[in-house]
Amino acid sequence: MSSPSIPIYKSLFDLPREEYFAPGHGLCAGCLVGPIVRILLKVAGPNTIVVTPTGCLEVSTTLYPYTSWRVPWIHVAFENAAAVASGIEAAIKSLQKKSVIDSSRKINVIAIGGDGGTVDIGFQALSGMLERGHRVMYVLYDNEAYMNTGIQRSGATPIMAWTTTTPIGKVLKGKLQTKKPIAEIVAAHRVPYVATANPAYYIDMANKFRKGLLVDGPSFIHVIQPCTTGWRFDPRYGIKISRLATETAMWINWELENNEVFRVTVPVPKRKHVKHYLRAQGRFAHLTDEDINVIQKYVDKEVERINKLVGKEVIGPVVE
Amino acid sequence: MDIWERIPLTSNYAAAYAAKDADIDVVAAYPITPQTPVVEKVAEFIANGELNAEMIHVESEHSALSACIGASATGARTFTATSSQGLELMHEMLYIASGMRLPIVMAIAARALSAPINIWCDYSDMFATRDSSWITMIASTAQEVYDSIIQAYKVAENPEVLLPSMVVYDGFIMSHTYEPVNVAKDRAPILEYIPKNYSRPRLDPDNPITFGAIADPNWYYEFKYQQVIAMKNAYEVLSKADEEFGKRFGRSYGFVETYRIDDAETAIVTYGGLYGTVREVVDILREKGAKVGGIKIRVFRPFPHKELVDSVKNVKHLIVLDRAISFGGALEGPMAMEILTTLRLRSIDVDLYNYIVGIGQRSVTELDIINIYYHASKLIEKGVRLTESIYWGVRE
Amino acid sequence: MSGEKRLSGWKSMSIGGMILEPGNFVKRPTGDWRIFRPIINHDKCIRCLICWIACPEPAINIMDKPYRTATGKEWKFSLEVDYNFCKGCGLCVEECPVKAIDFVEEVK
Repeated sequence: MSSPSIPIYKSLFDLPREEYFAPGHGLCAGCLVGPIVRILLKVAGPNTIVVTPTGCLEVSTTLYPYTSWRVPWIHVAFENAAAVASGIEAAIKSLQKKSVIDSSRKINVIAIGGDGGTVDIGFQALSGMLERGHRVMYVLYDNEAYMNTGIQRSGATPIMAWTTTTPIGKVLKGKLQTKKPIAEIVAAHRVPYVATANPAYYIDMANKFRKGLLVDGPSFIHVIQPCTTGWRFDPRYGIKISRLATETAMWINWELENNEVFRVTVPVPKRKHVKHYLRAQGRFAHLTDEDINVIQKYVDKEVERINKLVGKEVIGPVVE
Repeated sequence: MDIWERIPLTSNYAAAYAAKDADIDVVAAYPITPQTPVVEKVAEFIANGELNAEMIHVESEHSALSACIGASATGARTFTATSSQGLELMHEMLYIASGMRLPIVMAIAARALSAPINIWCDYSDMFATRDSSWITMIASTAQEVYDSIIQAYKVAENPEVLLPSMVVYDGFIMSHTYEPVNVAKDRAPILEYIPKNYSRPRLDPDNPITFGAIADPNWYYEFKYQQVIAMKNAYEVLSKADEEFGKRFGRSYGFVETYRIDDAETAIVTYGGLYGTVREVVDILREKGAKVGGIKIRVFRPFPHKELVDSVKNVKHLIVLDRAISFGGALEGPMAMEILTTLRLRSIDVDLYNYIVGIGQRSVTELDIINIYYHASKLIEKGVRLTESIYWGVRE
Repeated sequence: MSGEKRLSGWKSMSIGGMILEPGNFVKRPTGDWRIFRPIINHDKCIRCLICWIACPEPAINIMDKPYRTATGKEWKFSLEVDYNFCKGCGLCVEECPVKAIDFVEEVK
């Protein structure tokens, strides 16, 4: 039952058919957390324990007496998913040493948290877990605001975005600060595997989950999760907007292995102008053309930096 | 066969030895004065191979109890320790640990709460956990700390209970004072008393359970009531656990301890290390012909109404020494409030005089307690009943 | 409130809010959320599985049902929408590379 190696996925046909996530839950229609978690659990398999902090995923999928989870699952509080996951990982280690759990059995411990519970209130616990080196995979589903409590800004909200606590008024318009670069902060902890992923690129994301589960130590996968309710777009366009995030290089899919090998796993030889991404979302409806150009400049700078890191032009110029 | 060896230990070290002899699986703790030696000693045991446990060097007390919750939910026997601000930082997790019905055991070296910051002993940190649904025992000797932690596992892990438990003792006064303690030479007899049992519901891929779902207004009340029943069961279970401990190991403590109470007209009531001083004072006052006795409250939650009522059956006046303040409370000494309520609910008319002492480890000597006794005696003589707590020794 | 099924009490409920039956949310269909319903055209469908993986519920199942299209193409399986759970989000409609899914207004 326990297989230490998972084959590389080449197409959707390679993904296991079993569903460890049951329908009937209360996620918004079109919520991309659905496919993210389904794919994650298909890759991880049934020998998995999931920890979720308070947030959209937890609240919608477990409402006593109903649950969507077909793997052991625990929710404790908002800021401590990483600490709880540390406890679970240590308990498994201890019980395996004492032969209560079969020591040859590899049990995945996965924390799946939102940006609220990871980047802000959950930051301390995350950093502690990374420093201690627990064999836990942390998947961050980033919808760029505290969506569960009604779209308030978080440290992961991008600059100029509308949220209920960064509203568009006469004096202030949207979030004033840039997005906290959480994946880079995690990478600075020098853990064995850090990656960013995008649900529009299913196979790339599945392979990153796979790599994360294979390392002997902490791994972190930062997944963009466009939110139909909070970003203000028709639910049917979720994957399309997600794809635009990468096509405009506002979201770059990369991975860092052992703090040595850095790759951009979804190269974008011909880039789209950020306006295609921003104008598709209601939360950016107030942006002027000038604002959009400011954002384009940020992105251009970031693209330059990434290309330099990789050593070649993996993300090309804006052509459209 | 003598299974004990008698060694000098502080209450902190006694707590660590108890965790070792209970063969804990996981410990997650963060240092804070005056609890630090507990964590250090446990780390030593693990480093020497005397204790086969995983130690998680968490980055805060909140994460300490969170990690214990994760570990306990996976089925591990877990342990932690803290004091004061640490206990406050993990406060929300106390309710979650008990709400999730996890048998975690925690040692508390009682220390005053900030602000201002004071690292010395008083019981304000313990009383702040009053409603968190943790079984709470207060020890008066290092031996009692060791024994109570072992009893704590017995009652916490009982399937009729499944509530976390804490054992509290004086910070510094007890935590750092050496006393002779009998510890097990080998943990086998202890494990016969508290065998490991991994059959309670836990996070197990072979049997996927969801822990920590939302319970809306249609359900939450019933879950809390289950805890109420668990606490009531704990009363019975702890009583039996203490009895069995006595039979196996020759030491038992009960819920309330009395000293020279049989013909006492006045009883001095307290808890923790101060009880030792109270017993000395009772002896001194008895020499002078006073009909006085001592009462110690050992179990705070579940509150031992039966034993308390029994202990005061012949007593007319109670002097309750509290080492914490419930600001603006009906009575500002929290233990006095529990005692008074217990008695008055049963129409037992014992007059109660509440003295606040030892705040922030302000010294409480035998002379202080003797003076308190005479102060109370004057009031008793005049037939004056107090409706407020007296703050003994506060400077104007 | 009258006529509602009586909920169980503290004696029979599992302790601590634990849910012992995995995935039992399937007992609570969400099909009534829909305003529009997706209808898969099995003739146009190229069985790429994109709709299956994009669905958040999941409400699209891979059915081992062989199918012969009007032009004589043989498929060993088909994709079917589970209308008990489909919330009508339209992700499948939008993502289908050959536009084989129609999005039709629910008529009560």
